[in-house]
Amino acid sequence: MTDRRRFLREAAGAAGGAGLLALAAGLTATQSQARAAQALRPPGALAEPDFLGACVRCGLCVRDCPYDTLRLGRLGEGVASGTPYFEARQVPCEMCEDIPCVKACPTGALDRSLTDIGRAKMGVAVLIDQENCLNFLGLRCDVCYRVCPVIDKAITLETRHNPRSDRHAMLIPTVHAQDCTGCGKCEKSCVLERAAIKVLPAQVARGELGAHYRKGWEEKGKAGHSLITDQIELPVRGLEGASGARPAAALPGAAVPGVAPPGVAPSGVAPPGAVPGMGTLPVPARPAP
Amino acid sequence: MSAVLDPGRDAVLQKGRWAANRWLVLRRASQFGLLGLFLLGPWAGVWFVKGNLASSMTLGVLPLTDPFVLLQTLAARHWPQASALVGVLVVLLGYAVLGGRVFCSWVCPMNLVTDAAAFTRRRLGLRGSRSPSRNTRLWLLGAVMAVAAITGVVAWEFVNPVTTWHRTLVFGGLAGWLLAGGIFVYDTAVAHHGWCGHVCPQGALYGLIGKASLLRVSAARRSQCNDCGDCLVICPETPVIAPALKGKGSPVILASDCTNCGRCIDVCSRDVFRFTTRFDQRSPS
Repeated sequence: MTDRRRFLREAAGAAGGAGLLALAAGLTATQSQARAAQALRPPGALAEPDFLGACVRCGLCVRDCPYDTLRLGRLGEGVASGTPYFEARQVPCEMCEDIPCVKACPTGALDRSLTDIGRAKMGVAVLIDQENCLNFLGLRCDVCYRVCPVIDKAITLETRHNPRSDRHAMLIPTVHAQDCTGCGKCEKSCVLERAAIKVLPAQVARGELGAHYRKGWEEKGKAGHSLITDQIELPVRGLEGASGARPAAALPGAAVPGVAPPGVAPSGVAPPGAVPGMGTLPVPARPAP
Repeated sequence: MSAVLDPGRDAVLQKGRWAANRWLVLRRASQFGLLGLFLLGPWAGVWFVKGNLASSMTLGVLPLTDPFVLLQTLAARHWPQASALVGVLVVLLGYAVLGGRVFCSWVCPMNLVTDAAAFTRRRLGLRGSRSPSRNTRLWLLGAVMAVAAITGVVAWEFVNPVTTWHRTLVFGGLAGWLLAGGIFVYDTAVAHHGWCGHVCPQGALYGLIGKASLLRVSAARRSQCNDCGDCLVICPETPVIAPALKGKGSPVILASDCTNCGRCIDVCSRDVFRFTTRFDQRSPS
């Protein structure tokens, strides 16, 4: 009888333990999925699920960061408790060439195969607020572009017509994710009260093409010729007089709805009010004569 | 005053204050000293030791890694760097000699909390206890590893009071204080020696590591025992004493749950206990 009682007590204890663990697992699941978008992992960090299986939360990377960029997550900071992260707007990564944080990691949660800090992928900068970015307002701020350690690769300035003044250019800071390390210098130095450009974890910032997608121009380059046969050219209604020539070539400089002429906004959409054959006038155009 | 309320009173009268508290004082010195080493960096900029008890680097050359934490990363199917493996080997070797649960009583900062809870219990005369089985910690140890294996995440480290408490002390924050406070309340109001003696899976693993450890406490002069019961009252792992003290076999406390805290040596007014090796079978009468 005593034996059975003891057995039952043990079983109850085990159940209690399992209950505790279920709680722990629940917390884990919620917390690990709820990493705040501004919380960036140190350079070389494994993908988030693997990282949470490898990081022992010892803080050695934090201690060896010479710029006090990294910190260990605390309660309510939107990052798994005790794991290292940084917020670009607070202290960005200075991209040390010897990457001391990665060297300090005893478990390889920060992957030592990262030896060139230029290949780090801590996140991706996104010019997320195009309504308040000074360059989008037509000014020449450019600060994010100028502080970028990978200037002219990770961020370029792309010229665009300023439709508001109609006589100025806008220089649009444009991020190229392939070269962006996610260091956060751009977000840190954005002159706005709240940054218009933000570094986000890649899985937040980036889309992903289906694995089966092929880019025609790349395939064409590889094969040396177009992979599709010549297309039948159908007449375009109203332009029959152009006799076989492609419509865009038929009227040089003219904007055809849906086709952007060179040098004009690459969006491929004619501005409102634009009329075929009138170029891209910002003001409501009079009917064509 | 009864032994239950004030164990060690006779020892103080017989042996003096120092001899009746020697191992306790040394143990506190070890606990605070190690904590101090970790805090010397962040507080004074002197970096003898970096990191925390999960994994640390001493003087830039000696890595030390907690076996319990590392085992979880292994269960989560992550193979660590050499640094962590070397670190865990050093730790395993050390505790295999000194006794696995020497970590619990001489190093772990949670011991300060649970000792304070046990002290409070004695002083308040709280008798009732709803402790789970002492085997719960082994079940939990298994469950912790199972969850790490299933989720691929070191799940226990999201809530582990031991590592969180130390990390909070060294790196700041609130989580550790909440968990340590919770354990203090649990140990004081709910379960006598509840956390360290029954639940903590980390301590359970250290117990397994020290199964064959060299350093042990022996009830060498058990014939002198006057049955005052002070050792049994003060011992955080009470069941380990009786076989050695009252049995006919070896006087050495061989149970791996014994934390080698040495408090039984302190509180015994008859000097029954002493530190020795597991092979020391002497019990002069």
